[in-house]
Amino acid sequence: MKTPEKHIGKPMNRVDGRQKVTGAATYSAEYELPGLVYAVLVGSTIAKGRLTGIDTKAAAGAPGVLAVVTHLNAPQTPGSKPTGKDPSQPQTTGSALRIFTDDQIRFNDQPIAVVVADTLERARYAARLVKGQYAPEKHQTNLEAGKAQAFLPTSAKKNPKSPMNDYQRGQADAYKTGAIKLEQEYVIPTEVHHPMELQAITAHWEAPDRLTLYDKTQGTMATRRDFAKEWGLPEENVKVIATFVGGAFGNALHSWPHESAAIIAAKVANRPVKLMLTREQMFTMVGYRPHTWQKVRMSATADGKITAITHESIGQTSTYEEFTESTLAQTRMMYQSPNLTTRYRLAALNVGSPIWMRGPGEATGAFALESAMDEMAYLLKLDPLEFRLRNYTEQDPETGKPWSSKFLKECYRLGAERVGWNQRQLAPGAVRDGDWLVGYGMGVGTFGAHRGSSKASARLLPNGTVLLQSAVTDIGPGTGTAMTQIAADTLGLAPAKIRFEWGNSDFAQAPTQGGSAIVNTVGPAVQEVCLALKDKLRELAGAGNAAFASAKKEDVIFADDHLTLSGNDTARASYADLVKQAGGTAVTVQSKPNGENGQKYSMYSFSVHFAQVRVHVLTGEVRVSKLVSCADAGTIINEKTAGNQMKGGAVGGIGMALMEHAIIDDRFGRYVTKDLADYHVPVHADAPDIQVAFVNQPDPYVNALGTKGIGEIATIGVAPAIANAVFNATGKRVRELPITPDKLV
Amino acid sequence: MNQFQYVRPTKAQAAIDAVAKDANAAFIAGGTNLVDLMKRGVMTPQKLVDINRLPLRQIERVGTGLRIGALALNSAVADDRLVREKHPLLALALNAGASPQLRNMATVGGNMLQRTRCAYFYDVAMPCNKRQPGSGCGALEGINRMHAIFGFSDKCIAVHPSDMSVALVALDATVLLSGPKGDRKLAFADFHRLPGTTPERDTNLEPSELITAVEIPDSPFTRHVHYQKVRERASYAFALLSVAAALDLDGNTIKAARLAMGGVAHKPWRLAAAEQALVGQPATEAAFQRAAAVAMQGAKAFKHNEYKLRLGPNAIVQALKTAAAA
Repeated sequence: MKTPEKHIGKPMNRVDGRQKVTGAATYSAEYELPGLVYAVLVGSTIAKGRLTGIDTKAAAGAPGVLAVVTHLNAPQTPGSKPTGKDPSQPQTTGSALRIFTDDQIRFNDQPIAVVVADTLERARYAARLVKGQYAPEKHQTNLEAGKAQAFLPTSAKKNPKSPMNDYQRGQADAYKTGAIKLEQEYVIPTEVHHPMELQAITAHWEAPDRLTLYDKTQGTMATRRDFAKEWGLPEENVKVIATFVGGAFGNALHSWPHESAAIIAAKVANRPVKLMLTREQMFTMVGYRPHTWQKVRMSATADGKITAITHESIGQTSTYEEFTESTLAQTRMMYQSPNLTTRYRLAALNVGSPIWMRGPGEATGAFALESAMDEMAYLLKLDPLEFRLRNYTEQDPETGKPWSSKFLKECYRLGAERVGWNQRQLAPGAVRDGDWLVGYGMGVGTFGAHRGSSKASARLLPNGTVLLQSAVTDIGPGTGTAMTQIAADTLGLAPAKIRFEWGNSDFAQAPTQGGSAIVNTVGPAVQEVCLALKDKLRELAGAGNAAFASAKKEDVIFADDHLTLSGNDTARASYADLVKQAGGTAVTVQSKPNGENGQKYSMYSFSVHFAQVRVHVLTGEVRVSKLVSCADAGTIINEKTAGNQMKGGAVGGIGMALMEHAIIDDRFGRYVTKDLADYHVPVHADAPDIQVAFVNQPDPYVNALGTKGIGEIATIGVAPAIANAVFNATGKRVRELPITPDKLV
Repeated sequence: MNQFQYVRPTKAQAAIDAVAKDANAAFIAGGTNLVDLMKRGVMTPQKLVDINRLPLRQIERVGTGLRIGALALNSAVADDRLVREKHPLLALALNAGASPQLRNMATVGGNMLQRTRCAYFYDVAMPCNKRQPGSGCGALEGINRMHAIFGFSDKCIAVHPSDMSVALVALDATVLLSGPKGDRKLAFADFHRLPGTTPERDTNLEPSELITAVEIPDSPFTRHVHYQKVRERASYAFALLSVAAALDLDGNTIKAARLAMGGVAHKPWRLAAAEQALVGQPATEAAFQRAAAVAMQGAKAFKHNEYKLRLGPNAIVQALKTAAAA
């Protein structure tokens, strides 16, 4: 008997790689529909106040213009609640800002009009002719000033179980009585996702009550739900297609005002409308990682046991939406501190709403926590790795539950060896190579390993191939490839005989891609639907061949396009014949969340990042010369795409540590970083040859595949690793990111 | 983007005439800056005169110097054998700028005419005297970490973003111009202006004047040169500041020196006094530090660019050290 080749774990090339590199992949701004016209948004030029008038005459009369829509003439959308009535409540659509419904200006560059024309250039020209008249009011865009009015999120006030509430174990603020004490503030600036693909949508009313959207979104079903609700339509009347997404990092996690605008524009112009944001607009209206202030106070015994941590955070949000994220989650469960206090607050400013950005709050929190760990290790004259080992947790100190799996020590060992941690000197500034100071640092990351609910459908086609469908999107991690591998192993078919289709809200239900949960969630659904398909095939084979009918389930062998029976050389049923016999065959399954295991175990992925940096003694320039990322992410489905994800996350961490910084001129409440020349993300020359290592041990409880998730832990902990390495190199501790040369020279 | 006419003459005179006829006309070559500015509504020419067909791409020996046509691509100049042999400083500066894709489009003349990257200039909703005279300087009391420490005025504190120009001013280049009134030459150091009360004027070009070439005289600065660009990432970023350094050494003694800085003023900033301070000195870090101190005399910082007062001398020392060791 031949054992079918296993595909899970193999570095299989991406199933859509060829399409992507040859330009054959179609993105949401590339659908050329008959009669397509173009929309451009006009943004406000004040940060707070009222629109007293809006002059659209010149724009409406400009060549090629089909429509100019403002709050004065926009069609009513039946499902919308007014903006900002209750900022703590989720609104009809993902974005709480309902554009074109009132005259209020809540942030600078808030859309006040959309212009539709027959060409993009004409739309852009006419958009410039729209002039808003304003009654400005005093705005506040400065976090430092906004901190004074920081508040506990309403969701926490209403729900005592919300993780946004103050947390306490042991004694409150016990750091005050510790032997060795540390008290420091850490700040991360606003960072913007800036995927290569700009936010874009092509909206097409195929009938007055039927809408098709080719949309950049991480969730086809969530987007469908949002806009069906906004327009009071049955969900089946709205179709959302997002086959290819050119990176997102979180900024397409929910729908945004520009999508509403395109749909409104398409309705008014009665034509399919394409709307693509400019790079400037990507700063203002589709979210960002919020500017966040943190304070960490920590105490430890002289032999390196943490006795108390108090970690506070104030994150920026908008005035019309209380955006929260898990900034303090890692602090509560990473180290064995008997006394621990966390306090999470928001500061509402006259800015657009934030949205989760890769690693989200955990990456922000880890910068403070992991920097503080390094600072405390330094005070204790301990190796930072040794300090972490002395405070390692063998069970979750927050919940008292056992870990579903935890191989962080293995990650430490792997990473330390690869980066050459034994070269690290305890004293900072001790290693110099010519004009460069050399240092080493580490940072730890963790993120919940969750499994949500999902469906998947499978259809065996007459040619013996299998078509799988899921509404899930693939924003870059290689979801389609991983699912193909899972299906191949479950079915015993070659990957070439499997076609996994995704990115369409008509396909089997799947969650929005985010939170490192897609392989955990959709993977089991694919596995289960393939098993269901096999059950069905066994049944069909039994109907046609008594040998199969009487065989035990485990004796039926699925391989090489056909069924055989163990110990029976003559029984054979080809998949193609079975399809013919059944007149086509298809199954759909519903796969469930963690359930009981989720109650019994604490489920997390873990990572550690080790950096070696070089800092120029005269210019203060920092170069990351080595970066080693090690992950305990459960089973690795595809070593190549998983490695890609880790490297991409690490590059994001380099950006966070060294350059990403969106800056507002508070006098105007307006960004002065408006393009990728002002807002720096790493270029290739900023990234060393990043080394990735996986422990690759299955988690027994998250799901049957043993996966835990990679996307977030790839970034969480990278920025502090680099900041800690900069300290080790120079003796300078930078507690406000990014670490630009001006802070070191 | 506004509607505009587009013409593509093949002769320099025709191009000059086409611009002279129309107050709202502009030359366009690589377009790597102008097109962006047009998309944002910062510049709104009614007519674009595309000069790419003019025969101005030659790089050639002329007398005791090198003449580089205004339309020579940045990448072509950086890779040119004569340039690398006679003026390696220029090649270093060019390769420090932008990205390969941009250098393959951008021309020498266009590089000189880059507008500032000041964010207030780029945003039509913000005040900027350079874009809209009389509207005020947004940067003066605003976010000014990238801004000038030399030669600014209360009307404008923007800096010129070119790397190439920093090398050209250090190399005593001359700019060749053609205009309605005929041809003329201008020292490179006199080509760009300080903002004064008219920051809307970046250069001393007369209306409808066309840059035809740049000439660089032969010099002894063929070996001990360095272009030190300090930026926030390893590549593809405008300079926090930059230093072009060239030394003529006799043994370890400095016979002659050239020094200029970028990212510190409204024009490429030649450091003549610091050059003088180096002459006759040994090529040592101590001498470089003394020269750097001279170079920074008169520098004044704003709220967010105080670091340039520390970074400037450091970058000068580093540039000179590297040049001496080259």
